[in-house]
Order: sequence, then structure tokens, then C-alpha cells
Amino acid sequence: MTQNPLLDVEGLKTYFYLEDNQVAKAVDGVDFYINPGETLAIVGESGSGKSITSLSIMQLINKPGKIIDGTITLEEENLLKKTGKQMSKIRGNDIAMIFQEPMTALNPVYTIGNQIMETIRKHKNVSKKEAQERAIELLRVVGFPRAEEIINEYPHQLSGGMRQRAMIAMAISCEPKLLIADEPSTALDVTIQAQILDLLAEMKERLDMAILLITHDLGVVAEYADRVLVMYGGQIVEETAVEQIFENTKHPYTTGLLDSLPSLEKDMKRLGAIKGTVPPAHSFPKGCRFSSRCPHVMERCLESNPDLNEVESNHKVRCYLYN
Amino acid sequence: MYKYIIRRILVFIPMLFALTVIVFTLAQLAPGDALTGQSLADPNVDPEVYEQQREALGLNDPLPVQYWHWVSSAAQGDFGDSLVFNGRTVMDLIEARFANTLYLGLFSLFITIIVSIPIGIYSARRPYSLLDYGATGFGFLGLAIPNFFFGLIAIYFLSIQLGWFPAQGTLSSPGAAGFGSFLDRLHHMVLPGITLGLAGTATYMRYMRSEVLDVLGSDYIRTARAKGMTENSVLYKHTLRNALIPIITLMGFEIGVLLSGAVITEQVFQYPGLGTLFISSVTNRDFPVVMAIALILGVLILIGNLLADIFYSIVDPRIRYD
Repeated sequence: MTQNPLLDVEGLKTYFYLEDNQVAKAVDGVDFYINPGETLAIVGESGSGKSITSLSIMQLINKPGKIIDGTITLEEENLLKKTGKQMSKIRGNDIAMIFQEPMTALNPVYTIGNQIMETIRKHKNVSKKEAQERAIELLRVVGFPRAEEIINEYPHQLSGGMRQRAMIAMAISCEPKLLIADEPSTALDVTIQAQILDLLAEMKERLDMAILLITHDLGVVAEYADRVLVMYGGQIVEETAVEQIFENTKHPYTTGLLDSLPSLEKDMKRLGAIKGTVPPAHSFPKGCRFSSRCPHVMERCLESNPDLNEVESNHKVRCYLYN
Repeated sequence: MYKYIIRRILVFIPMLFALTVIVFTLAQLAPGDALTGQSLADPNVDPEVYEQQREALGLNDPLPVQYWHWVSSAAQGDFGDSLVFNGRTVMDLIEARFANTLYLGLFSLFITIIVSIPIGIYSARRPYSLLDYGATGFGFLGLAIPNFFFGLIAIYFLSIQLGWFPAQGTLSSPGAAGFGSFLDRLHHMVLPGITLGLAGTATYMRYMRSEVLDVLGSDYIRTARAKGMTENSVLYKHTLRNALIPIITLMGFEIGVLLSGAVITEQVFQYPGLGTLFISSVTNRDFPVVMAIALILGVLILIGNLLADIFYSIVDPRIRYD
């Protein structure tokens, strides 16, 4: 680390208290940082804890979930010490978020303009007219040629890709320092996916903001991310620069994810797949959480969970194969 | 938007026509006529006289002719004369009662909304709290107890035992005017109003609770929170309008439920409204009155649904452009 990180997450634990006194450890001791202007990707299957990590940063965890430990530091300030009111000034202003489902993420009964202007007026001291002008400008920036009309339209009048553009316009309306994008392209057509991700990359350059990109698509990671965290079972299992993850894959889980991608270079008859599914967060195996699905499982893997160790410079792995 | 409203109004016309046919047919299907009604059927009168009367009143005309006579004059607001109350027109009889029933219905709806919506919202924000359980219990009780029975209990405890509210009528001293008489009227409406609104209150409360819970868990509420909206803005701006959409539909039907429920409730409280008139007219076979009331109630229900459709389109932009 040569510079002070924009966001520093340490020892984050978010547990869900289920019925029958079961505890789902959805996020269980996660440490990472994001530098200003950087794109950090979090990769993992459904249930690996990546979305809960991002919602924890925003403190949008609903009952029965609770952040029980850790610090989340944004520019030297611990967000977990903030009151609800202070937090609402940070959300949308310093940290903004866009979601997977553009079809349902906008309120159906208010116009696009209303919803963007609301965000601007909440965080910036501007008149209604100024907010409207800003909304039109933002919509134009995210690629609506007829932005003056779009502000008066309702979400149901727009297509999925357009709604996601509107979401992005809303998210960047207060020029956040960090944008959390939770599977921003997953629900869209393949052709639109690239457009939305390119738009995000363009906005990142333009506003010099950092992006936390949550995805399960390693193709997206290769193209847009600077660094990558691989999550499994609520923990980070591998963390490194994006080139390393493809060329110097360490963790068997990451290898499994890469093998399940189709490739033009390798002559493959069948796509690889990691057998089984992510174990539910309230009943992880006793040792390494990946042990139940790992092709390289050893005796010690069943006994204790390995630590996340830096095995090469800037390359951390949580696996007994490397120490 | 205007197109939508005009279309709704056009649909209204065939429904109105169907309504008149049904009301007329049902009245014809009922056994007997005014001249065989309890109060008039005097065994000492020569049946020949009744037959002459029937001929004179047009009761022996072919049905389509009778229907046409009835509908064409009803369209002009003339429902004929009552066969029981000598010399009084049906409109005259109804006019006096209609306002009473309307006040009672509106008052009851007002109580329903004032009680059910805030409790519904509270229950949704604090599900499984003590008040939520209490409201749920009260809700099931309210739905399970028949109107007339609750009315009797209310009269026994609140009127006879405690003497807080009058048990019947609309006014303590007839002919009084001014603000005092308005309060007196309200005082008289409390028990029938609560009785009438009981089931509705329970229904609205349950609906409101589940709608608000549903909306609070939706993606766009998460978006609103993610962009820094305060809890108040999340609740009152983003949640409420969406949660009210199904409630508005319900309210359209509620107008009909209130008016038909009023028939029983008014009877229990001897409240001089359309309901009491309706029941006495049915027993007396006073068909012009019965038909007029049935038609008016039917029209009110149609209007209720029309209003609900219009409000619906105002609240929910997705409806307008279909």
C-alpha cells in the first residue's frame, strides 16, 4: 500500500440470526481496501457473501442480519460508528450503489427525473430548477439523447438497459467517491451488458471515482477490474491483481471458477464445473470451508480453516497447498 | 389519462343498462305484488277489487311494456308512487333517508381509514410486536363477529350500561339546527358507524400491513435507502403511495359493502336510512320503492368502482397508458 486507501474494511462480520438459534455467517471476517480511483472486483458464486459485503458497507443490512464486528473506514472515518442520520448523508453522496435488477430498482410511481432530483436535493443545497438541469445533464451523460423527455417518463416506459442507465445517472448524481455496483449487468441482454459496463468505466474515468464491482463473471473482471477478491463461504480465499488471477491462479476454488468458463484457446469437450454447491452459511464444514468440494482436499483441510496468507507479493491465498 | 377516464365512463353505460334489467327482473320474480302484501291483504276485500286495481296500476301490462315505463321515468328521476305510503312519491321517501345513509356510510368509512391505515403501517414497521399481535387478534375478531351481533353488544355495554352513546335514531330533539345538532348527529352515528365499519377496518388493516411489508422489502426501497433517503421519506414518499394502490381498489368495493351492510346495521340501531326503508318495503311488497333503492345502491356501487378506477390511474402511472 503506497497511498492511503479510500475505503478500508477490517474484520467485517455480518451474521444473520435465523430461527432455531442458527447463525448464518454470511460475511465472516473480511479484510480489504480500495484505493481512490481503483476498480476492485469481488467474485464468487451465489451465497458466497459478496452482496452482503457490499450491503454491509452501505449499512443496508435488514433484520435478522447484523454487522457484529469489524471496522469500515471511509477516508479515516469509521462508518460503523456513525448514526443512522449521519449514514444517510454518506449514502448516495460519498458512496453510491447500483443493483442487479434495473426492472425493480426504480420506484414505479415516480418519474425518472423526480427520483434523480430527489437524490441531488437531498445531498446538495440546490433549487428545484438547478436539480432538474443537473438531472437532464446527467441523463445526457449516461447516453439518453432526449434527456428532457426522459425526466418526465416513468420507469415502466424504459427498457432494462435504459433503466440501468438511469440508475447510473442517479448513482453518480452527487459525484460519489465510491460506487458499489452489485452485478450491474447480470440481468441485462448480452449486448447491453457491455454497454453498461463501458459506461461505468467511462464514468469512473470522468469522475475519478473508485468502483467496487460485485460479479460472478470472470470475463467482466478481466476486462474492467484492477484487483480482484475471490470470496467463498463468507471469506476471502484469494486476493491479487487482475492479471495474476488468470495467469497465476492459486486457490483451487478460483481454478474451478476459471475452468467453468468457456475458452477459445483450449480445446475443451466439456466445460468444467465445481461439483456441489456453496454450503449454507449456517453449516460450513469444520475445517476449510471449501473442503467439501475441493479436488485437492488433504487431511489437515478437514481439521482447521487456513488463514489468508500473502504467498507472493500482493497475492494472498487461503489454502494449505501454499503453506 | 382523459382517454382512460372516458373509456371507463363508456363501460359504465352497458353496466347501468344490465343493472336496470336485473333489478326489474328480480322484482318481477319475487312472489306477490303490492296488493298481496301483508299490510294490505285484507281477506274481507273482494279479489275483484284487487284485480281492478292491478289493471289500473298497469301491473297486468306485458313485462317489456312495464319495464319501459319504469326505466323511462326512472331516467327522469321519477320512480312513481309508493304503493304503501299513500300519495307519497318514491323519490320523496328515498330523499329523506338517502342523506342519513350517506352520512352514516361516509362516517363509517372515515373511522375505518383513520383507524386501519395507521395501525396497518405501524404493524408493518414493527411486525410481531405486541401491537401487531393485538391488531391481528382484533382483526380476526372484527371479521368473525356478524354486524348485527356486534351492534347489539355495543348497544348493551356502551349505550345501556355506560350510557355514553344513544342507541337509536339520528337526533335527540328533532328540528334542532346549527353546530349543536351536527354534533348530536355525530354522537348518534358513533355506534352504528363503528358497527358498520368493523369488518372493513379489520380488512383494511390486514391489507395495509401486508402491502407495506411487501413494499418495504422491495428493490426500489433499497434503492431509496441506498441514495440516502431518510426513513420518513422512505416510508411516506416511496412506500405509502405504492402500498395504497390495492387499498384504493378495495375502497371502490367498500362503498357497496357499506351500503348493503347498512341495511342490517340500520335495522339494529333503528336508524332511519335507506336500509330500514328497504326492509320495510320488502315486507310490504312495495316494489316501486324496493326497485328504486336497489337501483340507487347499484348505481352507487358502479360509481364507487368508477371512482376507484380513476384514483387508481392517478396514483399508479402504469395504468394510464395501457
